Amino acid sequence: MAVNREKHPMPTQAPEVRAHNFNEVALGYTAEIAVEEAARCLNCRNRPCVNGCPVNIDIPDFILQVRKGEFEKAYQVITRSSSLPAVCGRVCPQETQCESQCTLHVRAKMDPVGIGRLERFVADWHNANVSAAPEKPVPNGHKVAVVGAGPSGLTCAGDLAKAGCSVTVYEALHTAGGVLVYGIPEFRLPKAIVAKEVETLKALGVDVETNVIIGKTLTVDELFSIGFEAVFIGSGAGLPNFMNIPGESCKGVYSANEFLTRSNLMKAYRDDSATPIMKGGRVAVVGGGNVAMDAARTALRLGAEKVYIIYRRSMEELPARREEVEHAQEEGIDFRLLCNPTEIIGFNNPDDPRDAKNGFVTGIRCVRMALGEPDASGRRRPVVIEGSDFQLDVDTVVMAIGTSPNPLIKSTTQGLEVNRHGGIIVNEDGLTSRENVYAGGDAVTGAATVISAMGAGKTAARAILEALKNKG
Amino acid sequence: MYRIVRKKVLNPTVIQIEVEAPLIARKARPGQFIILRVDEDGERIPLTVAGVDPAEGTVKVIFQVVGATTEALRHKEAGDFLQDFAGPLGVPTHTEGIKNVCVIGGGVGCAIAMPVAQEFHRLGARVTSVIGFRSKDLLILEDEFRACSDRLEVMTDDGSYGRHGNVTVPLKEMLENGEKFDMIITIGPLIMMKFVVAAARPFGVPVTVSMNPIMIDGTGMCGGCRITLVQDGKRVTRFACVDGPDFNGYEIDFDEAMSRSRMYFPFERHAYEETCNLFRNA
Repeated sequence: MAVNREKHPMPTQAPEVRAHNFNEVALGYTAEIAVEEAARCLNCRNRPCVNGCPVNIDIPDFILQVRKGEFEKAYQVITRSSSLPAVCGRVCPQETQCESQCTLHVRAKMDPVGIGRLERFVADWHNANVSAAPEKPVPNGHKVAVVGAGPSGLTCAGDLAKAGCSVTVYEALHTAGGVLVYGIPEFRLPKAIVAKEVETLKALGVDVETNVIIGKTLTVDELFSIGFEAVFIGSGAGLPNFMNIPGESCKGVYSANEFLTRSNLMKAYRDDSATPIMKGGRVAVVGGGNVAMDAARTALRLGAEKVYIIYRRSMEELPARREEVEHAQEEGIDFRLLCNPTEIIGFNNPDDPRDAKNGFVTGIRCVRMALGEPDASGRRRPVVIEGSDFQLDVDTVVMAIGTSPNPLIKSTTQGLEVNRHGGIIVNEDGLTSRENVYAGGDAVTGAATVISAMGAGKTAARAILEALKNKG
Repeated sequence: MYRIVRKKVLNPTVIQIEVEAPLIARKARPGQFIILRVDEDGERIPLTVAGVDPAEGTVKVIFQVVGATTEALRHKEAGDFLQDFAGPLGVPTHTEGIKNVCVIGGGVGCAIAMPVAQEFHRLGARVTSVIGFRSKDLLILEDEFRACSDRLEVMTDDGSYGRHGNVTVPLKEMLENGEKFDMIITIGPLIMMKFVVAAARPFGVPVTVSMNPIMIDGTGMCGGCRITLVQDGKRVTRFACVDGPDFNGYEIDFDEAMSRSRMYFPFERHAYEETCNLFRNA
């Protein structure tokens, strides 16, 4: 039987419907579609997809189980490598990872197998149909502290707990999940799924302590003095970057972190929420990553009449996950590519300094850009087209142009070396300049993906277990 | 969950609570703050630590009822629990090398100024305190300030108690009489702090101001608390939660900070009216 050239499309809510609700956009494969999609896998011998996965999930094995209808067995294969399958199936950039290596794609120029969609199906099937608690591992007598309950910390904690360590995860916010709860919106990653994954870890024996800010409430050194033998720092992204253009302090200018935190973590998207947020009107989101897409689509769902994405390069360089870009376009987000903001305009009534409208955003000035020679990153450098100024009338601006690592731990941990961007310096095992202190995720790399943070958490867990074993 | 151990009403809208939080009680220094949530789905609000008892493991905070969240907090009694209580956050007030200090508090800002004055007193500095209120019925913490101050001036805007006038009146007098403060530390409404800076400027006395902008996480993540400093003519962005809350008063763009603090006024008014019985019954 010939292989179908195209992967089975993901059933989704219709764009005109989903643009007005916060329910999940993608609905997931049915069992029938999943089995058919799994049948596209050639089960090829060299398994290139596995190398494309930052946590090396045994992809052909789990797909084979799906093909046989053994969905729980497929789940067991995935969880040997990944602690958060329902999350990764939704938020991984598969097109640049596992699926980009798929033989169907590389050799036969067909669509790759829908690995991400199958992973999501398997995890959702397990969550809906299997309620057995995971087996509690046999304790190995070692105590490890994990700083931050985001993707890297939860992954590290899960792997350590499965090996029998007693693990405590310290989380600064009031809810575990990190960027999965404050950053990624409900319509892309329902919070119930994150909560379920955290519950699974707790069932393994992981202790999650919220409202503890390592670096403030307790220092890294104190963690050692209260008996932890190793510490993993996964404190995540920190302060948002701004462009340093005039008008960024106007009312109505948000960092993406603030805008998304208000909507997601603080539930401003619900009508009964106590959290204020600028809703409706016209919104400009500056940036081209997944965070920019999330902010733009959140603004739309909060009731905006018009939402722009302003990005200084072209569609080809846009770093967001392809599916998110397509979804945003279908929903009517207006992409202003090759444009760069130069100033945010605030209302100013010269006759009345007490006018309540003073200081609120009324517009954003931009220039058009052209792509020049490739820069250090290998991408073509955008250059300003002189005299191309134009203005968009907006009343909210969201800056989604990255973050720099959180400063609280490095400022209170002696001997912890950081690079010039503030990222914690680690070796290939995730070990920092401090003995028994490991780190990973955005705290090391600056803003990156959920799966790369998970990969770092996994690497560090392996190294910690090795070090503990050698210690005896 | 965090238990409220004691509660004390200081004036009709200002309330002091002591909360069980042993880790924070061990760590908090004057000038630092905590973030609390009253209940599940509540707002995160920052409140400055007004004192700690490490032995008992309690942290004292003082708040003014200004909106929906503080209205909900007002109804919590001793023995009740708060959903979340995290900290200590922010950088402690700088005290090193300061031997003669003037602490100026306005309204509920006095709750933040008090532990600072107490700390300087404990360190052996000469402490002059100026505390100001709109009127006598809003007066708080007079005895506490008297106990830790070498000199205390109590001011009311309407002259109903202490001296008539605002806090800059005695400050100007003292500076004109040749008082040489190493540092003026001021905490209160933005407009008051702006005028304290203006009064001190001709005398070249350093002024530290304590900023209290809108905040969400308080841990250096959201950037909502950003303020603009003007340093050598250049505008730079700082974050009150991790760089502050104390800043050099001469560098603050107060007008911008005042504008930003009003961002959600209509929303807050509405939320308060929904929560407050006075409005609900009307």
